[in-house]
Amino acid sequence: MELMISILIGVLTCCGIFMMLRPRTFTVMLGLTMLSYAVNLFIFASGGLKTGSGAVLGATPDYTDPLPQALVLTAIVIGFAMTAFLVILSIRGRAELGNDHVDGKYAVSELEQKEGKQ
Amino acid sequence: MQHLAILPIVIPLLTATLLLLPAFKANLRLRRVFSGVGLALLVLASFLAFAHTSSGAIDRYLVGNWQEPYGILLVLDRVSALFVALTAVLSSCVWLYSSKGDDEKGAYFQPLFHFQLMGINGAFLTGDLFNLFVFFEVLLISSYGLLMHGGGKARTKAAIHYVLLNLFGSAVFLLALALLYGVLGSLNISDMAQRISLLDPSQQFLVKSAAGMLLLVFGLKAAILPLQFWLSSTYSAALPVVAALFAIMTKVGFYSIVRVFSVFFATAEQPLADYGMQMMSLFGLLTILLASIGVLGSPDLRKLSAYLVLLSVGSLFVVFASGSPQAIGAALFYAIHSTLLGAAMFLLVDLISQQRGTVGERLVQGRPVAQPVLLGTLFFISAAAIAGLPPFSGAIAKLWLLQSVVTGAWHGWIWAFILLSSLMVLIALSRAGSTLFWRVNKQAHSGVVASKRRLAAVYLLLGCSPLLVVFGEHLMQFCLQAAMQLLPVSHS
Repeated sequence: MELMISILIGVLTCCGIFMMLRPRTFTVMLGLTMLSYAVNLFIFASGGLKTGSGAVLGATPDYTDPLPQALVLTAIVIGFAMTAFLVILSIRGRAELGNDHVDGKYAVSELEQKEGKQ
Repeated sequence: MQHLAILPIVIPLLTATLLLLPAFKANLRLRRVFSGVGLALLVLASFLAFAHTSSGAIDRYLVGNWQEPYGILLVLDRVSALFVALTAVLSSCVWLYSSKGDDEKGAYFQPLFHFQLMGINGAFLTGDLFNLFVFFEVLLISSYGLLMHGGGKARTKAAIHYVLLNLFGSAVFLLALALLYGVLGSLNISDMAQRISLLDPSQQFLVKSAAGMLLLVFGLKAAILPLQFWLSSTYSAALPVVAALFAIMTKVGFYSIVRVFSVFFATAEQPLADYGMQMMSLFGLLTILLASIGVLGSPDLRKLSAYLVLLSVGSLFVVFASGSPQAIGAALFYAIHSTLLGAAMFLLVDLISQQRGTVGERLVQGRPVAQPVLLGTLFFISAAAIAGLPPFSGAIAKLWLLQSVVTGAWHGWIWAFILLSSLMVLIALSRAGSTLFWRVNKQAHSGVVASKRRLAAVYLLLGCSPLLVVFGEHLMQFCLQAAMQLLPVSHS
């Protein structure tokens, strides 16, 4: 299970960072979302991985650390709010700047590439 | 006053929440007055806290009365009280300035302003690393709103960069927290320090990598060299009054580094002593270098003011990294001085640029300002104070900075960089001043006169500079004792 979780976190982080380095706000936003999934899994795993044990004392003979679960909940809520804000900001950027590049304008080489595709 | 430690967080929270009520939405005047009342209460609470800690007391406030390493902890000691009081002074001036027009440009200026204060005060007061993350997010999301306040293309562009960078920073912060929790099993700062000193050597690299990530995150907030690119565009895109409030934000990053690193790593008994200090010295020096070049090369006054903020960050880092209590005390004093003067500069630039018509804040020949004597004098005073000329606070602040680093591997470099950067600031500001007030064309002045309320805000901020000199003795003692109080926590 440790191996699976660590591979999962690694792949998500990798994809997240790759997508964050793309020029368009939509992909960057997806990248950030992936990164925050990876982070949430990482926090969740920081209390140690166990199967079949509850977070409440007395419910099961063995118990897991409840704190990372509380932390991950906070992190999810905050991450969700921030992503929502970013979506609105990107839409506003698209409307005000006339395109969805993170810098507000495409470089000439990127424009040529776009036109070449069409 | 058992609940003194939580008041600087609760008061802005309540004020901001109430300001969202429909009754305030319709009535601008009512909103301003209520916001001012909330702020007055905050100032009162902050100064009570300041007076309370000056006796040397440390309040450890357990929220919900959970036992110490488990629950949320607020720590009110000299350092946090100092920064909370500084925030209160700065925010009153910002409120005064904003209440003459700037807060009308969007419906939510006042609530966002108070949420921002809540986040800042929370970050200063917390004794728990996860809680620090939460308060960072509170202050960040309100700063996103404030940065966008007034709208416009340039602001949207700057906000996209600022928000993306900070969201990435938050993700890294969480990674560091999870790593630290996984290794140490605690998120209470003083408890973590104790556990670090008992750490199994085979796990030290985990703590080191987590500390590296924390340094990255706090460095991003403080805008130290490789992470500073957002600062000048963000600060010059924001409304000047918002930029003045943001002058405290870089200090939040610096404060977090001071709080966390001086407790975790600074004492010699710790196995990871002095982690990151070399790096901070080096990048602090490079930040000073870059900022001085930026100050000299700025095409407009707002960029120049942004680079002045950057310069103060660099100086704070190099001095803090030298590690002695004297150095930390001097850095605290310099932080007060540079925050107040940096904010004053942003506001003053706004006043000047409004009177220059189309030329605005750009440093080119333009029409004369309507109040050359008044604004010229204010500009001269703030320039002298920032560059470090006596009799203003810059002189003693910088002198103390230099005096506190007379030993150590870096001290020659630190002296050279700080002195040279002061010279460059002096040159840049005198050139800017002569362009603004003397190199004018023959047009008649615009007739726009600065309002009394805005001028009062600038007077108050600039007036702090001689006050810092007059009460220098007491304040320096306070800063020194604050630094002493900060360091021994790791032994407890």
